[in-house]
Amino acid sequence: MTKTTQRDLFPGALEMMILRTLKSQRLHGYALAQHIKRTSEDLLQIEEGSLYPALQRLLKQELVKAEWGTSSTNRRVRIYKLTAAGAKHLQHEVSSFERMLEGITRVLAPGES
Amino acid sequence: MRWLRQLLSRPRLYRELSEEIQAHIDEKIEELIADGVSREEAAHVARREFGNVGLMEEKGRVVWVWLPVEDFLSDVRYGLRALRKNLVFTTVALLTIAIGIGANTAVFTVLNSVLLKPLNYASPEQLVSLHQVAPGAAGLDDFENGLLLSPSMYFTYAEHNQTFQSLGVWTSGTANISGRAEPEQVRTVFVSDGVLQTLDVPPAVGRWLLQADQVPHGPERVMLSYAYWQKRFGGNPAVVGQNVTVDSRPREIVGVMPKGFQIVDADFDVIVPLAFERGKLDLAGFGYHGIARVKPGMTIPDANKDMARMLPIWMNSWSNGPGQDSHIYETWKITPAIRPLKQEVIGNIGELLWVVMGTIGLVMLIACANVTNLLLVRAEARQHELAIRGALGAGWARIVRTLLIESVILALLGGLLGIGLAYAGVRFLVTSDLSNLPRLNEISPDARALGFALVLSVLSGLLFGLIPALKYAWPRSGSVLRSEGRTASAGRERHRARNLLVVGQVAMALVLLVSAGLMIRTFQALRNVDPGFTDPQHLQLLRISIPESLVAEPQQVTRVQNEIVEKFETIQGVKSAAFEREMPMEGFDSGWDQIFAEDKFYPAGTIPPLRLYKYLSPGLLQTAGTRLVAGRDITWNEVYGLRPVVMVSENLAREIWGTPSAAIGKYVREIPMMPWYEVIGVVQDVRERGVQDKAPETVYWPIMVAGGFAGTTRTATFAVRSKRAGTEGFLNEIRKAVWSVNSNLPLASVRTMQEVYDKSLARTSFTLIMLAIAGAMALALGIIGIYGVMSYSVSQRRREFGIRLALGAQRGDVLQMILKQGMALALVGVGIGVGAAFGLTRLMSNLLFGVTAYDPLTFAGVSVVLVLIALLACYIPGRRALLVDPVIALRYE
Repeated sequence: MTKTTQRDLFPGALEMMILRTLKSQRLHGYALAQHIKRTSEDLLQIEEGSLYPALQRLLKQELVKAEWGTSSTNRRVRIYKLTAAGAKHLQHEVSSFERMLEGITRVLAPGES
Repeated sequence: MRWLRQLLSRPRLYRELSEEIQAHIDEKIEELIADGVSREEAAHVARREFGNVGLMEEKGRVVWVWLPVEDFLSDVRYGLRALRKNLVFTTVALLTIAIGIGANTAVFTVLNSVLLKPLNYASPEQLVSLHQVAPGAAGLDDFENGLLLSPSMYFTYAEHNQTFQSLGVWTSGTANISGRAEPEQVRTVFVSDGVLQTLDVPPAVGRWLLQADQVPHGPERVMLSYAYWQKRFGGNPAVVGQNVTVDSRPREIVGVMPKGFQIVDADFDVIVPLAFERGKLDLAGFGYHGIARVKPGMTIPDANKDMARMLPIWMNSWSNGPGQDSHIYETWKITPAIRPLKQEVIGNIGELLWVVMGTIGLVMLIACANVTNLLLVRAEARQHELAIRGALGAGWARIVRTLLIESVILALLGGLLGIGLAYAGVRFLVTSDLSNLPRLNEISPDARALGFALVLSVLSGLLFGLIPALKYAWPRSGSVLRSEGRTASAGRERHRARNLLVVGQVAMALVLLVSAGLMIRTFQALRNVDPGFTDPQHLQLLRISIPESLVAEPQQVTRVQNEIVEKFETIQGVKSAAFEREMPMEGFDSGWDQIFAEDKFYPAGTIPPLRLYKYLSPGLLQTAGTRLVAGRDITWNEVYGLRPVVMVSENLAREIWGTPSAAIGKYVREIPMMPWYEVIGVVQDVRERGVQDKAPETVYWPIMVAGGFAGTTRTATFAVRSKRAGTEGFLNEIRKAVWSVNSNLPLASVRTMQEVYDKSLARTSFTLIMLAIAGAMALALGIIGIYGVMSYSVSQRRREFGIRLALGAQRGDVLQMILKQGMALALVGVGIGVGAAFGLTRLMSNLLFGVTAYDPLTFAGVSVVLVLIALLACYIPGRRALLVDPVIALRYE
């Protein structure tokens, strides 16, 4: 049931970015989407909606916690925050991602070594 | 349990997700509008950038779905739909399962309540019956109860034991209650101190009978049963302290025992203290049941050792009178054989119940075989559907699961119906009192019985679902899809499972029918036994007790009884009337003692065998239809003249003197101080304790005996021979006749001899009915099974038969072929069944009478009947298949 977009992220990438964003601040869904969009400078084409299944997965694994609150525009929203398990998971994911990236980079640029 | 919490909170999770997504879009639109975009445009952009809202929501929801559960639920829905679609199949299968599970649950409920549940007393595992045996006491060896306790034994055990927390003795009987409306006879339990303390069930009202109530000639007290308290006193708690007249003496009510309380196996109306006079006790008087509570940590072997240690103390402390050797009982070899109280209560019913449970279990297996057959046929018809499911990507495990879930649903629905049937069956059993079972009032379905029904349902669902599931779920879609529609004639392999089922069914049905047949033969044999009386249907019985307060003088009691008999004889349609202490099979404790013949030598230090003592009025034998083998009956003149005359049973006469006629004119006596009694008659053997038990050697004394050792008979059973026995009008005249002699006399146990006789056969009848029901069900299911398989396989092979006929085979040949195949299955089944029955019927040999467990007639008869029925079950579908024109049969494909 995966819908292909022009540039597909690898599984877990979105989650990783969400966790990283939530590490520094608590955010609700919309703000989170805007933040990721802004920081990535629109390099990544992410449907805003795909954020929500990812958030549900994180909720289920108890990597993030959510509570209902009020946004700056005075709207009833669900504000997400990183749990201890989430922080740990993020650390682990990031390091394994970096290793993977390094591996890929080496393969892509063999002549330089 | 996290998944459960998530499952339950799912609606909330979904709602929150929707709300959140909506908030996101709203916020986005608002922001866009603030940037100067038109509202319409903003909504459009927001949706585009968000993506497919429905899809995202669904993806978010899927996260929370617990797949196995969802799959399971969808399988359940699928199964229910499949069952609804084929109503005929579902109804037949449901009924088969319901009957099977119903019968099994009902029998299990009885088994569980009677055998498995602990007794209704506090810490029942500590309770024991003080059972003892006396292998050295000839005549006693066939006593069902072993050697009961004497009062002196009770005192010895109570005072010298080291292993019991408490102990007491009790016996049951009847008493008259008067002074309140009509006088009535009530069931009474007489208890010593310690009985209520041992059972340790607190009274519903008031207090127990205590040691202070056991003082001879002291204040007289009584306790009531809950039922009697409700019936006669309207459940008024103020009865405590009131007086009630028991056997003409006022007794103060001290308490009421709670509902359903029994003393061991005795149901009662009142409890009366025994109040033994310690100073007047002999060694003898073995008439009391002993019960005790073992101290914690002590075992039955400890208690046995303790009791064995106390027996010499008993013999040293008491005597049977001056000049009697106390140690004569050493020759009796009295040995304690204490057993759990539960065993005492349930007696030997266990074997019977397990046999019935086993039989009904077999019926369940047959029912499962039948349902398997139905499912196989259905699965065959659904092959196409299953193949498509397989082709669409369902793994075979998933298909097996779907099919199994379907059959388990079927079984559970059937089980539900079955529980209803079981409940009705158990209700019927308890209220009809057909079975004469112990703990009958405790029989009720409980959680364990429900659990049993549930487990049985699931197991049988798996059992009958597994074969079709494994057979048809296997991936072979290609061949099925291809061959659908234009089948070649069915392959051999296709019928193997069903053939095996038929063989199994025939074998199991044979086992059940043989056991039912053996019970029928047992019943016939019992019916053919001469019980020692004739035409019991026309023999009216009633018990009358004449208390001292009404007639004090002993001789006068007999005259009053004689007068009653004479009144009876004036009633229209009465041929004769008489009385004795207890009629055969009434189940009262009879008197037993030794008898010495004048012309025989008895070595010193031995005790001759014990004989049953009966006391009867003249004319009783003739009224009951008991034959005199030699000599004559006692006359009234001899009774009133206290003449020393006596009669003996035929088996006793043969044992002592060789022939019945040789006994006439000989002299016997009970104890040395007594005058010799002349034997004037020899009476045919009477099955005193039911037709299953051999007739005891019996001495028939006159109803009134000089010397007073037997005293006068104050409570007697009257027997009236009349064609009108049992009718309401007749009973009214009987009552009037009694009350015309003395209006204060209560009548009790009004019934015909037939009822007494039937009751003595109740257990056998119960077993017979249960096994007959099981046998009939097995036969019916077996027939349906064979018929179903044969007619299905015949209908599948119509094309083949068409070809055979077209090629010139005679119809007769083809029919013969079909019959041969069916017969082969039936014969193999019968063969296996006979083998199994040989092994299994041995288990029920204790329930049989007059027939061996290997009775050739039963085995042969049942086999022949089964084979004939199988033949018929093949013939009908075979005939039908052959009536079809071969051309049509071929074109039909």
